[in-house]
Amino acid sequence: MADVMNSHATTSEVHGHRALQHHFENMEQQREAGTLGMWVFLVTEIMFFGGMFLAYTLYRSKYPAAFASASNHLDITLGAVNTGVLILSSFTMAMAVYFTQMGKRRPQILCLIATLVLGLTFLGVKAKEYHDKYEDRLIPGYLIPGAHFDPKVQEEGQPPDHHKLHLLPGATKPQVEMFYWIYFAMTGMHALHMIIGAGLLTFLLIFSIKGRFDPEYHSPVEVIGLYWHFVDIVWIFLFPLLYLLGRHLEHG
Amino acid sequence: MRPIEYYEPPVPSKVNYINAQYGLKSWLLTKDHKRIALLYLGSITFFFFIGGLYALMIRLELLTPQGDFLQSATYNKVFTQHGIIMIFFFLIPSIPATLGNFLVPMMIGAKDLAFPRINLLSWYIYLLGGVVTIYALLAGGVDTGWTFYTPFSTTFSNSYVVATGLGIFINGFSSILTGLNFIVTIHTMRAPGMTWFRLPLFIWSHYATSLIMILGTPVIAITILLLAFERVSRVGIFDPKLGGDPILFQHLFWFYSHPAVYIMILPSMGVISELIANFSRKNIFGYSFVAFSSLAIAVFGFLVWGHHLFVTSQSVYAGMIFSFLSFAVAIPSAIKVFNWTATLYKSSISYDTPMLYALGFIGLFTIGGMTGLFLASLAVDVHLSDTYFVVAHFHYIMVGGALMGYLGGLHYWWPKITGRMYPEGWGRFSALVIFVGFNLTFLPQFVAGYLGMPRRYHAYPPEFQVFNVLSTAGASILGFGMLIPAIYFVWSMRYGRHAEANPWHLPGLEWRTQSPPPTENFEVTPIVTWEAYEFAPPEETEVIGKFKPELEQI
Amino acid sequence: MSEHIVPVRIYVTIFLVLLVGTALTVLAAFYDFPGRFNTIIAMTIATTKATFVVLYFMHVRYSIRLVWVIVASALFWMAILFALTFSDYWTRGWIPTGY
Repeated sequence: MADVMNSHATTSEVHGHRALQHHFENMEQQREAGTLGMWVFLVTEIMFFGGMFLAYTLYRSKYPAAFASASNHLDITLGAVNTGVLILSSFTMAMAVYFTQMGKRRPQILCLIATLVLGLTFLGVKAKEYHDKYEDRLIPGYLIPGAHFDPKVQEEGQPPDHHKLHLLPGATKPQVEMFYWIYFAMTGMHALHMIIGAGLLTFLLIFSIKGRFDPEYHSPVEVIGLYWHFVDIVWIFLFPLLYLLGRHLEHG
Repeated sequence: MRPIEYYEPPVPSKVNYINAQYGLKSWLLTKDHKRIALLYLGSITFFFFIGGLYALMIRLELLTPQGDFLQSATYNKVFTQHGIIMIFFFLIPSIPATLGNFLVPMMIGAKDLAFPRINLLSWYIYLLGGVVTIYALLAGGVDTGWTFYTPFSTTFSNSYVVATGLGIFINGFSSILTGLNFIVTIHTMRAPGMTWFRLPLFIWSHYATSLIMILGTPVIAITILLLAFERVSRVGIFDPKLGGDPILFQHLFWFYSHPAVYIMILPSMGVISELIANFSRKNIFGYSFVAFSSLAIAVFGFLVWGHHLFVTSQSVYAGMIFSFLSFAVAIPSAIKVFNWTATLYKSSISYDTPMLYALGFIGLFTIGGMTGLFLASLAVDVHLSDTYFVVAHFHYIMVGGALMGYLGGLHYWWPKITGRMYPEGWGRFSALVIFVGFNLTFLPQFVAGYLGMPRRYHAYPPEFQVFNVLSTAGASILGFGMLIPAIYFVWSMRYGRHAEANPWHLPGLEWRTQSPPPTENFEVTPIVTWEAYEFAPPEETEVIGKFKPELEQI
Repeated sequence: MSEHIVPVRIYVTIFLVLLVGTALTVLAAFYDFPGRFNTIIAMTIATTKATFVVLYFMHVRYSIRLVWVIVASALFWMAILFALTFSDYWTRGWIPTGY
């Protein structure tokens, strides 16, 4: 049966909420500090990914044909599905915060579980994509011993083989390798952040089940929600930049 | 409420943050910002000595023109590691992690920083980064220069690039967490009445420093990771084989590393503001100008990194923009120097050890800053780039500037931190020895560099020997001078005179609690009704004398 | 200052807007617009989606001004990184380096 209001709330008037830390005057100050802290951390994340977006922008402007060719070889369906999955997970995360604010523990826990499951789904799809790249020998350089970068190129007059790279005029294999280096660096870093997010969600889930959060104290849910939304935003940019950039040239 | 210049707690408590709890666990698992500051003090001093050892090896090699002490490959590792240890493991954390951690909550009237456990975590992360880096040094070292330029670092160097990079990467998180903590604390935990413009300038400069830590450090973090990824996969975005540009690395690297030098100098400037005002017993001239100039330095510092790329394939148009901006960034620093000087004018200066360091700072920082302008001029930089002129320039700022501020601040707040006074005579003596030793070390390097001696060379043409001999002689004096405080600080912790709550008779908030402070800093949360640096006029100071006010219940 | 609770219908609306935006950007990707418009359209849609996430899912619309300043600063600093780096790359070909 869902608790609507945590009974601890009534004792807060007497000697402070049980979650109030000693160096803060009140829960409001603590909550504001926590939120500001996460926002400042997200600034560091923005600058962190920014370096990679810079490299992408530079080399895409230099090698448009190669980047388009390489991008077209990515699976747009899996990419779009993953985008939808992440957006849905952002929605369920926002709802989890909402239910915590309202003191509705059962829906809160369900939303957290949904978010976690969706996040893991994203990672699973990503793993499948990475495996496909491995099969097509598109892992850059000598990262995988014994399977260095060596994709087969689609030749004129041969039957279309979607395992082979179709090079647009002006594209070269080294430049395509440049794209995939950036692709793996950016999506890999993004996936790492998703894994960390999944870990954080697991903690949230455990504490939620134990009843640690209530309408007066739920800063961790809110703050981890901010992190999760940020990871979603990174993907909102990664998807068109990596998957969609050359589709309009596909049949040209 | 009249500013109180001499304050004694009504019932001085024997319990302070040092003796409140005993045992290793109470220190290693502490949440008290003051204890964490001491933990940092110990580790930072350790790394300073390691960096100093490398410096000793450099100066010994450079005594003679031939490369006879170290092989060139070894020498490359020595100057690389000197730079890495000194910059990442000493200078960047030095003042913020020790004095900042200790004083930021106290100066704003708070009980602790906003996130005490994150504060402790930042120290452990610092240690982890240090352990990884030391492992890399012992395993064989790194020889790329602290700047890790590609393609040598990605492709051709046979040294421990990835391991060292990892150590620096980890250390960066320590920096980020410290900055995060300071920003949130200063925004949300100021005591009642402590408005932004009543804050000590030490706080303003630490706020500005924290902005740089937050905005800059992540970029070097990703740059190191990209470098490591490229090294491991043997191709990458800096590799011409794939159409990459090695100079992209330099853009990304210096985007952080230039603002990093402001991380190193801004906290020191904050200390100097405190020392100048307090040891001349006069309010800082142009308080708001000094406060805003800290923010201006933090912002402008991000716009100039291309001046490290003047002699690369960077476009000359970009060079012109960066050169102009580099001249502009000197302006807020100059504003500070003018305001400090104006503060000193017609004030009552007491030449205690901290003030000696502050006065030394003003002169040495001015020299360092002005020589930076030579380097910011495109044409002159072509001649001076990669010579000892550059080395002298940045050592004037980092040692003559940042280190002087650190030492001055350590001496100034030592009684508050430890409850003991250092021996004043030895303090003044060592300050003078350090000043003389420092100038003898680095002034000749300006000349040598201008005359053409390249940096990062273990052997040089004989005409430069006289400058190098002077420099090494100076370095020995400098080293000796720095050993003295190391000894008497440790000595004072056991045998130093006990310090009262306000041994310097000053109005700052940190002096209105006992020395050493209790764990919660203040018995009662102060309500601030006075401006920063509000000194009573001299006539009243005599009358106040040993005045012991009733502690108003607030 | 009490915490603002965003109503569920706003969350649902934003979620649907995001899905529509995704579908739009995929469709637009296959159509060959003149010049750089493919990129401009894709980035506009992405920026709009991100803005909605920031304002509503991340509650910035209902947050104190300091949070707005923080978000704006991050974007401004990214802009500095891009602008000054490209001030190099885009002007490299301007002077023939014959010396």
